[in-house]
Amino acid sequence: MSADPTQVLAFETDCHLFKGCGFEGPSVWSFIFEPIATVGPVEINKPMLLAVIGSILIMGFFWLAFAKPKVVPGKTQMVAEVLYDFVRRGIGREVIGKKAEPFIPLLVSLFFFVWMLNLWALIPLAQFPVSSVIAFPAGLAIVVWVTYMTVTFKTNGFVGGIRNLCVPAGLPKPIYFILTPIEFVSNIFVRPFTLAVRLFANMFAGHVLILIFTTATWYMLGTLLGTVYATASFALTLVLTVFEMFIQALQAYVFTVLTATYLSQALEEAH
Amino acid sequence: MMYLASTEPQSPLLPVWPEVVIGLICFGIIYFVFAKKLLPAINKALDERHAAIEGGIEKAEAAQIEAQSVLEQYKAQLAEARHEAARLRQEATEQGTAIIQEMKAEGQRQREEIIAAGHAQIEADRKAAASSLRQDVGKLATDLAGKLVGESLEDSARQSRTIDRFLDELEDGAVKAEASR
Repeated sequence: MSADPTQVLAFETDCHLFKGCGFEGPSVWSFIFEPIATVGPVEINKPMLLAVIGSILIMGFFWLAFAKPKVVPGKTQMVAEVLYDFVRRGIGREVIGKKAEPFIPLLVSLFFFVWMLNLWALIPLAQFPVSSVIAFPAGLAIVVWVTYMTVTFKTNGFVGGIRNLCVPAGLPKPIYFILTPIEFVSNIFVRPFTLAVRLFANMFAGHVLILIFTTATWYMLGTLLGTVYATASFALTLVLTVFEMFIQALQAYVFTVLTATYLSQALEEAH
Repeated sequence: MMYLASTEPQSPLLPVWPEVVIGLICFGIIYFVFAKKLLPAINKALDERHAAIEGGIEKAEAAQIEAQSVLEQYKAQLAEARHEAARLRQEATEQGTAIIQEMKAEGQRQREEIIAAGHAQIEADRKAAASSLRQDVGKLATDLAGKLVGESLEDSARQSRTIDRFLDELEDGAVKAEASR
C-alpha cells in the first residue's frame, strides 16, 4: 500500500479487495489540481479552465439562440426561451415582483453560470464540479452581497438601510434587544457565507460520493465475490449520478432564488 | 499525477484568489453579454410576439363584431323587405279590387248608354216612320177620296185641315181603344 496520497490516484493502484490491501478513499486532494499552464503571474488549473470553457459554452448557446431573435422561434431559441422564462418569471417575478426587471440579467447570469459550473461534474473528461472549489461560489456570493447591500442603501438611504438590515418591522419592542444583533450578523455576515458554502458543500459532497463509489468499484474488482460487490457499487454510482444531475440544477436554482430573496428584502421600503 | 507536491493540502474552505478572480471575470463577461446584448434582444422579440398575438386577437374580435353588425343589418333588411312585400301584396289586392269595381261600373254604364241610345234610335225611327206614314196615308187617302167624289180637293189648305182632323180622330180612336183595353 502506497501510503502517500499525493503520489497516486486510486485508479492507478493495483490494490484490490481480498489482496491484503486497504481501500484508499478519495480525499481533499481530489479537489486540488496542479497548474496546467502559467499565464503571466497566474497559474491556470483545471477548474479555472473549465470555468472559462463553461462561460464560453453559455454565451455561445445563448448567442445562437438570442442574438438574432425571431418572433416565431426556431428550436434553439425555443429551448433558450423556456430556460430564460423559467428564471425571469419563475424566480425574478415570483420572488421580487414588479421591481424585478433591472435584476433579471443578474439572476439569469447567476443561474446559468452556477448550473454550468455544477454540470461539469457529469461531462466526460471534465468530470469535476467547478463549484466544489470554494473560490467560485465565494466570488459569486461577493457579487450578490455587494449587489444587495447597494440596493438596500440606495432604496432606503443610510439609516433606512440599517433599519432594513437590522430591525424587522412589526414586533414587540423588547424582542428587538435580542433580534437586532442577530439580524445584523445574519444579514451582513452569515448570508454571503452560507450562500457560498451551501453551493460549495453540496457539490463537494456529491463529487466525493461519486468518487467513493467509482473508486470502490475499481477496488473491489478482481475476484468473483468482489466483482459482485463492484457491480452493486457501480449501480450505485449510476443512481448517484442521476441524483447529482438533479442536485446540480437544484443548487443553481437555490442560489438564484436566495439572491432574489435578498434583493426583494433590500427593495422593501422602510416601514 | 495531478496532485500538488506539498504534503499538507490547503483547507477546501479557503478560497484561492486567482480562482476567485477568474470566476468573477467569467461571471462579469457573462453578465455583460446578457445585460447589454442578449436579453434586450430577446425581450424585444418577446414583446413583438406578445404584440402580434394581442393584435391578432384584437383583429379577430373586430372581425367578429363587424360580422355581427353585418348580420344584424342583413336581418333588418330582410325583415324590411318582407314587410315591404306584404305591403305591396296588400296594395295590389286592394288596387285589383278597385279596378274590378271600376270595370264593373264602367260596363254597367256603357250598357245603359247603349240601351239608351237604342231606345232613342228606335224612338227617332218610329217618329220618322210615323211622320212619313202620315204624309203617305194623307196623300193616298186624298187621292182616293178625290177619285171617289170627283171633287177637286186640290185646295191644299182645306185638304191639310181635313187630313189632320181625320188623323187626329183616328189617333184618338186608337188611344181610346188602347185605354179601354
